Amino acid sequence: MLAWTVYISFIGVLALMLVPAGQARAARGIALLTAVAGFLLGLVSAFAYQPTAGIMTIVQKPWIPGLHIDFFLAADGISITLVLLTGLAAIVGILFSWNVEHRTKEFFAFYLALIGGVYGVFLSFDLFLLFVFYELAIIPKYFLIAIWGSTNKEYGAMKLALYSFIGSAMVLIGIIAAYVVSGAHSMNLLELAKYPYPASFQYWAFPLVFVGFAILAGLWPFHTWAPTGHVAAPTAASMLLAGVVMKLGAYGALRVAMTLFPLGLEAWRNEIAVLAVIGIVYGAMVALVQKDFKFVIGYSSVSHMGFVLLGLMTLSSIGLSGAVLQMFSHGIIAGLLFGVVGRMVYDRTHTRELPLLEGMNLSRALPFAAGTFAVAAFASMGLPGFSGFPAEMSVLIGAWRTFPTFAVLAGLGILIGVAYTLLVLQKSFFGDAAPTPEVPAHPLPPITVPERIGAVILLATTLLIGLYPKLLLDLIVPSFNSPLFEALRNEALRKGGIL
Amino acid sequence: MNGLSYWQLLTLVAPETIVALTAIVVLGVDLLVMREEPLRNRFRIGAAFAALGCLAAIVWLFTLNLPSHALGADIALPMLKGMFVDDPLVRLVKVALLGLTIFTIIISMESSFTDHVGEYLALILLAAVGMMFLVAAEDILMIFISLELTSLSLYILTAFNKQNVKSAEAALKYFLFGGMSAAFTLFGLSLVYGLSGSTELREIGAKLNQPVLDPLLVAAIVMTVIGFGFKVAAVPFHLWAPDAYQGAPTPSAAFIASGSKVASFFIFAKVMMFGFSHASGSGAWHDYVPGWLPVLGILAAFSMLLGNLTAIAQSNVKRLLAYSAIAHGGYALLGILANGPQGVTALIYYVVTYGVTVLGAFAVVGVVEERAGDARLSDFAGLGRREPILAFCMMIFMLSLAGIPPLAGFFGKFYLFTAAVGGAKNLGLLWLVIFAIAMSAVSLYYYLQVLKQIYVVPAPGENRIVAAPISTRIIIALLAVVVLLLGCAPDLIVGPLLAAIQFAGFQ
Repeated sequence: MLAWTVYISFIGVLALMLVPAGQARAARGIALLTAVAGFLLGLVSAFAYQPTAGIMTIVQKPWIPGLHIDFFLAADGISITLVLLTGLAAIVGILFSWNVEHRTKEFFAFYLALIGGVYGVFLSFDLFLLFVFYELAIIPKYFLIAIWGSTNKEYGAMKLALYSFIGSAMVLIGIIAAYVVSGAHSMNLLELAKYPYPASFQYWAFPLVFVGFAILAGLWPFHTWAPTGHVAAPTAASMLLAGVVMKLGAYGALRVAMTLFPLGLEAWRNEIAVLAVIGIVYGAMVALVQKDFKFVIGYSSVSHMGFVLLGLMTLSSIGLSGAVLQMFSHGIIAGLLFGVVGRMVYDRTHTRELPLLEGMNLSRALPFAAGTFAVAAFASMGLPGFSGFPAEMSVLIGAWRTFPTFAVLAGLGILIGVAYTLLVLQKSFFGDAAPTPEVPAHPLPPITVPERIGAVILLATTLLIGLYPKLLLDLIVPSFNSPLFEALRNEALRKGGIL
Repeated sequence: MNGLSYWQLLTLVAPETIVALTAIVVLGVDLLVMREEPLRNRFRIGAAFAALGCLAAIVWLFTLNLPSHALGADIALPMLKGMFVDDPLVRLVKVALLGLTIFTIIISMESSFTDHVGEYLALILLAAVGMMFLVAAEDILMIFISLELTSLSLYILTAFNKQNVKSAEAALKYFLFGGMSAAFTLFGLSLVYGLSGSTELREIGAKLNQPVLDPLLVAAIVMTVIGFGFKVAAVPFHLWAPDAYQGAPTPSAAFIASGSKVASFFIFAKVMMFGFSHASGSGAWHDYVPGWLPVLGILAAFSMLLGNLTAIAQSNVKRLLAYSAIAHGGYALLGILANGPQGVTALIYYVVTYGVTVLGAFAVVGVVEERAGDARLSDFAGLGRREPILAFCMMIFMLSLAGIPPLAGFFGKFYLFTAAVGGAKNLGLLWLVIFAIAMSAVSLYYYLQVLKQIYVVPAPGENRIVAAPISTRIIIALLAVVVLLLGCAPDLIVGPLLAAIQFAGFQ
């Protein structure tokens, strides 16, 4: 059934292509229907899934028999968590793009193609198939930004496309080498994970594949596409970029690089953890000094994704689960923040410059937006009660056991995070300029119903997971016991870990 | 003739005969019956004849039983030897060639650049005959003759637009370079004959087996590589390609880029892998052994480098496609470098799907050129609004060339790279594959430039209505579907190829 999340998205793309031009309402309807259907499919599967069952095969059919490549879709708790995230992000993104009037049907067609690719990555257990979906997601991103974006859109779009493509080129080299070295018998991840690759091979293959994926997760110093891309993108696309696409990178790094090359991971673990911590602190510090509202959120994404990568490097059950939970949590929170900035504020005020916004008294003009952003900001800071708290806490606990210094530094990153978040909250909505007597020439249009629904969905989710993280942790934690992670577990065990 | 009557010979070469006869019929009908008809009708009727002829040849290839020797039984045809090989692999390649020919013919159907319809179509068919003989040849004499038949037809096809001085210039350049390359090939092959005393590739391969490379053999190999390097437009023998692509009438350029590429690469692989099987050397990292592999490796690397980097700077889409063709030639060389059956399968899959893709791309370029008068990048602006279907097809072609899944170009590259990495021991060719993948990342940039014009940049000024002829539209859409289909289900080609290649004797 989960496979239909992928199929239905592409069916949605086809349906949109058949919509006659100018029928914006129909296009929106189809897009929303598709996204909701995808999410519901994910939700039902999540309830039907038995976490103890490990990896659930969905479809496995020979695809290119000559090369032993299968069409192999499967899911474990990690996949399901991220599928749920994708579903939510897709729905809310569409609600937040309800006002797209320029080439509406093309917009949603590219949007759904991107969503379909993302679902595909999260569900593929054949390396070739995974890569196909992974690259499939590049092109819609380019067009979404280049056509519907703002500030410097063509530059941002091209930069994002090339960064993604270079990352996937690195991954491709690793995949081909891994496939050939293992005797070219299978592309099945479960099979490949069993193959004992020589340490010398893993030593160079691991960083290649890991970094190739992690470019998309905003790994410092390859993160520069993220702020420019996010800023240039239209609201829905930046919600997806930060909410889902960056998770593709982290997911690939975990699912492919770490499971296939545990020895390589061991060799490079400290270096990557250093980069992750630099990302956390650097992203936060740069966010502190940005003038553009969206750049603040863009750099905060780099910082928060650093926690995911740091969590992955802890190689402990709690750290890894925290990393996956953080993927989910950041997806929701970043989506919300970008939604408020891009749709609620920018579409109405036509500026994102914080000094200008400061004088606008937005908390009065747009009370709902102010409230949403305030709550989202608290969630983003990692306040208890929101999903960011259990996620970043688990990562820090995991990191504390393995690299105490890094944990302290990452904690410092959280503090800076509090600083920039409060700062931007204050500047954007609660500017202390005296209320100007003259009413703005054009009163800002009120927040629409779709925006409210979208914001409420995301707020409720982050609150729900914050108060009851067990909902997702019950899915995530047992996943690390599956045979896919066996080599990784053994490696962790050898080093005295406890995965 | 001992053991083989003319009748047997004729049935053996029936597909080629059909196509050659069709050429004569098309020529005759056009000259004798249709002189007074309007140009459009002449083109349509002639093209219908030509396409039907090719179709008949395809049908024949599928229905004709294979001679038993082709399936492993050791009953060699005494007179033929390598002169004419008929095995499942060769047949598949011929079918692909004929398919590309049919597409080319239909694309040229609505052209108006010439009123010598019969001659034009007949030359396309004759070039196709040349290619069919070429891929079936394993004898250096036969290879040379068919190569010349193909090339001569293509030179004239390039020059066919008599109103355009660029067309003549392109043809002259193509002809001079081609003539040179033929001289090189001939010189190389004559040395080979002198060294081995045989004209048959496998015999040559068996005889030329000294452990140390003879200087004469080195000269022979170098000459041959130069000759074929011209044919496949590998750097530094690529100079003719951009001008020929830009100046030639679009269907001719499409045919040079598709059909001729398929045939040349296939025969290049055969000559190297059969004829010089003991002089391959090794181009592996840290494991250099002199031979033709390192030479080809360097040609491949330079083709990818120069093709991709120069393509970035192009503002004319035809020239852009020409440089990208040079780059793709570089990738395809990896298939020969793999030096084994997987490499040949990958090579054929790659060049055939590349041929289909580039035909489609040229067809779209032709439509735009017909209206705008030129094929500059800016002439594509706003195509996505005016012609959504054509634009969408162009997106498929460009993305396939860039190697984005799930299109044929992606699987082609993946397969080539896998074969090349697996072809040398200890991942010896990984250096070249890494280079190829890096260059392929560069290539996304210029393909996206074309797509940016189509989808992002608004049309300048008035919305000119591009009314492409319906047949061209259908064929473009069909080609796009083929590209998508072969990308989603590569096994449609790879399966039969893998089944056929075991009879072809590649090791």
